[in-house]
Amino acid sequence: MKSARPYWLLALPLVVVLAACGGGGEEPPAAGGEEGPGSPGGQPTGGSTVSGVVNFTGTAPDPEPILMDAEPICQEQFPDGVFTETVVINDNGTLQNVFLSVTEGLPDQVWEVPSDAVLLDQKGCRYFPHVLGVQADQDIVIRNSDGILHNIHPMPTLNRPFNIGQPVEMDTTRQFPTPEIMIPVECDVHDWMMGYVGVVDHPFFAVTGSDGSFEISGLPAGDYVIEAWHELYGTQTLSVSIPEGGTEQIEFTYEGA
Amino acid sequence: MGGLVPGLSTIAGPIDQLFMVVLILTGIAFFLVEGILIYFLVRYRYREGRKAKFVHGNRRVEILWTVIPGLMLFGLAVFQYDTWTKAKIDFPSEAVSEVIAVSANQFEWKATYAGEDGKLGTEDDIQAPINVLHFPVGRPIIVELQSTDVLHSFFIPVLRVKQDAVPGRPSRVWFQAIAEGEYELACAELCGLGHYRMRGFVTLESQEKFEAWLEEVAARR
Amino acid sequence: MTETAELSFVRRYVFSTDHKVIGKQFLFTAMGFFTLGGILALLMRTQLAWPWQEIPVIGKLLFGSGGNILPPETYPALVTMHGTIMIFFFIIPILSGALGNFLIPLMIGAKDMAFPRLNLFSYWVMVPAFIVMLASFFVATGPAAAGWTSYVPLSILKDAIPGSEMGQTLWVLSMMLVGTSSILGAINYITTIVMLRAPGMDMFRLPMTIWALFVTAILATFATPVLTAALILMFLDRTIGTLFFAAGEGQVILWQHLFWFYSHPAVYIMILPAMGVASDIISTFSRKPLFGYKPMVYSIMAIAALGFTVWGHHMFVSGMNPLLGLTFMTSTMLIALPSAIKTFNWLGTLWGGNLQLRAPMLNALAFVSTFVIGGLSGIFSAATPVDIFLHDTYWIVGHIHYVLFGGSLFGVFAGVQYWFPKMFGRMMSDGWGRIHFILTFVTFNLIFLPMFVLGGYGMPRRIADPYVYEMFTNLQGLNQFMTYALYVLALSQFILAGNFFYSLFRGKVAGKNPWKANTLEWTLDSPPPHENFEHIPTVYRGPYEYSSPLVSADWLAQDQYLDGTKPPEVMPAPAVSPAAGD
Repeated sequence: MKSARPYWLLALPLVVVLAACGGGGEEPPAAGGEEGPGSPGGQPTGGSTVSGVVNFTGTAPDPEPILMDAEPICQEQFPDGVFTETVVINDNGTLQNVFLSVTEGLPDQVWEVPSDAVLLDQKGCRYFPHVLGVQADQDIVIRNSDGILHNIHPMPTLNRPFNIGQPVEMDTTRQFPTPEIMIPVECDVHDWMMGYVGVVDHPFFAVTGSDGSFEISGLPAGDYVIEAWHELYGTQTLSVSIPEGGTEQIEFTYEGA
Repeated sequence: MGGLVPGLSTIAGPIDQLFMVVLILTGIAFFLVEGILIYFLVRYRYREGRKAKFVHGNRRVEILWTVIPGLMLFGLAVFQYDTWTKAKIDFPSEAVSEVIAVSANQFEWKATYAGEDGKLGTEDDIQAPINVLHFPVGRPIIVELQSTDVLHSFFIPVLRVKQDAVPGRPSRVWFQAIAEGEYELACAELCGLGHYRMRGFVTLESQEKFEAWLEEVAARR
Repeated sequence: MTETAELSFVRRYVFSTDHKVIGKQFLFTAMGFFTLGGILALLMRTQLAWPWQEIPVIGKLLFGSGGNILPPETYPALVTMHGTIMIFFFIIPILSGALGNFLIPLMIGAKDMAFPRLNLFSYWVMVPAFIVMLASFFVATGPAAAGWTSYVPLSILKDAIPGSEMGQTLWVLSMMLVGTSSILGAINYITTIVMLRAPGMDMFRLPMTIWALFVTAILATFATPVLTAALILMFLDRTIGTLFFAAGEGQVILWQHLFWFYSHPAVYIMILPAMGVASDIISTFSRKPLFGYKPMVYSIMAIAALGFTVWGHHMFVSGMNPLLGLTFMTSTMLIALPSAIKTFNWLGTLWGGNLQLRAPMLNALAFVSTFVIGGLSGIFSAATPVDIFLHDTYWIVGHIHYVLFGGSLFGVFAGVQYWFPKMFGRMMSDGWGRIHFILTFVTFNLIFLPMFVLGGYGMPRRIADPYVYEMFTNLQGLNQFMTYALYVLALSQFILAGNFFYSLFRGKVAGKNPWKANTLEWTLDSPPPHENFEHIPTVYRGPYEYSSPLVSADWLAQDQYLDGTKPPEVMPAPAVSPAAGD
């Protein structure tokens, strides 16, 4: 329970036997992806790669404008208006914010947790990235870049929920110990703020960015099931088998209304 | 003690007057009691060998200091019936008032104004930006309060207005502002971790400016 | 009682049925919780003075994973736990639990409580309450954070605030146990005072402390079950999904009614014993009979009776029918009267006395002078139209602290220092007691008097950062001043603690009656033996015959026989040993 805030220290004068104190200040990460795949750390054991794109056909719902007039500091950052990120179609007709991960076929082993932290930034009353991938137990640095109150309120079903406020510009470090796809994250102060965190227990995951492509590398040769997840259009799976050292191309296609 | 911040509504006068009456009465009681206490401490401080008075009480003074404060307290109670009635019981008629719906949720105030038809709950209602409230000066305002999650309290210090917003149970509060200006609305009932910044921006302005603002808001939406 | 010597250590000091041991158990646990509640207050006031600043050392220790600053969800938790701990785990246990247990049998001339085993249970049912409440600091989402009043729906909707997850459930469980202990203790006190008085100890010869504890016990017996019932409903709402207090289907305001139906009388549960203690101490150190004994007794009864009719004054702007506001306002105005009568009688007691300003007396006088401010400031908020403004502002915080800190806590300081020799057989240092008193009294006023100014500006309570509001930015300097004063006040308490623990082992041996006081406990050895009185004493007079012309000394013990004293009428003396009646 490394992450739990040791409230019990408040009870110090009455606690005769003290357990060892946890927590402590983690170093903030040097860099964090504003979008795109969360950099998989750990020690992948192979040299194979799965890459591809997530295509989109049909019509997407019109993005809805977000009214931020309650927070001038945030509103100022979007002079041209700001819209919901439920469905973001790239110029090349691909779909952004799709979380891809290997769900079947991995060798039965424990993957090392990367020591690098990933960044979840709150900027302009939005989450960057909107969809974040992270390995179980990996540090997530939650950053408030706005300097106004945000609270991070993830609503997991397998992990333990938490709800922490950040009143000023600051970092808070947290982890999710259990794999879970996906954990919605909300801010109770700004009801339009919505993000998702995908937690897996291995380093083989990716999130599509502004070109709709993804790449999962470092896989050992084998047969895998790759799952794609999108917040509105749900999940799709594809099976793929890759030889040692090879790269396999796959394509997901989501269809709008 | 500076008393209360200056009041800018019709009810502020009677409330502040009552505050002063209580302040004067309790002030007299305070200085009387503490003065006598200190005087006794000096006058009757310990001296070796002196014997204290052997007195168990006095019926006459007991009656005196029961009846006099009793009558004062009861008088004070009756004295304020009128102000309370004015503030919370006798509402002005809706015909002459501006009726505004204010909905509170964690941690926002949302005001809705009647549109052209002068009625709330119809198609042309005007939704003000979050946390922004404008009130015309010189006519009664009736605020219909509701909450969609937990308790909040609608508190505008300068207007001497405070009323809890109770989820599932709409409440009303009325006031009439007497001066223009920009003030703040505070949430006065603990409502969560963002309670401390559940702040509204209140503009008190003339009827003309108020109508112009309403039009501008309606046009923007 | 030969078996006494054979009692094991555990039966003697841990699971003891001796009221004196149980009283001391309450005393020491309450002192621990006083420390904890004080630490919470320090954190709160530090935040109010310098919001969201990194707290040196402690910030790193407690809030290391989040920038070393106090998080906004923790502030409401601090507010909640400070109130809960100070009220339910400090003031009530130390007044009713510690002083009540220790003093009742001694002062009425009984060997023990009527139900010693019930008494033991009433302490040991508190222990799980302590554990559960402390455990709530350990859970990941933190302790309860919906205020000590735990208003619904904030306290029921788990997503509304982190403290409303596990923390609130633990809070409810703990409070149920506290309530159970209160009820059991109260029944025991009532029975003991009614049944086990020594021969000659008529009701109107009881010391005021006992009268106050008696009426307090009656209050607790009638009010606490209402709270416990409400807690059960809240528990069901939180766990199995009933909708007693849910918005729409249930009644949100019902919780407030039930809560205050208990908690307003609870304010008197917290102040009446202190009033009794102050009366005894003031009379003793004035070397003069208490002025107006019977009016004092009737005032306590009146406060208790009216105490059940004023709960709505906490709800003037809650959405309760405003017509009810008028009724509650009138009864609230009237409840000020008995308190005023008591104050005048205390002054009457001082008049013509021979005042020994020793540490317990100074604290008792502080009780009177600050309780006056507490009471008078209540009249402002009792005035419903003014309360529209003052409700839920710092005015109320100032008011309650003048009553509970200025009143109850100075009463506790007075009582503990007064009866310390009887409890432990040694004297506390009077000099250090005075230094502690002066520092505490001055800093107390520097902290809480400015709260009325904050209230005049409308600064709401339970606000983690008031300076978000432009209208309150000018109050930061005052808030910082108050916080500095609190630091001094907190440090001064080390003087009390040092004095207490040093005197426990090294203090001057007290002897039976160091204050030359009249009441029965002072006729016994210090500390009194197991079962207190070898022979039940006979009481010939009231407790306050100081400076009586009948004797040359300035005191006259209740059980001292003088030639020509009328023997007591035969009353149903406790023929059986209390233990047998259990």
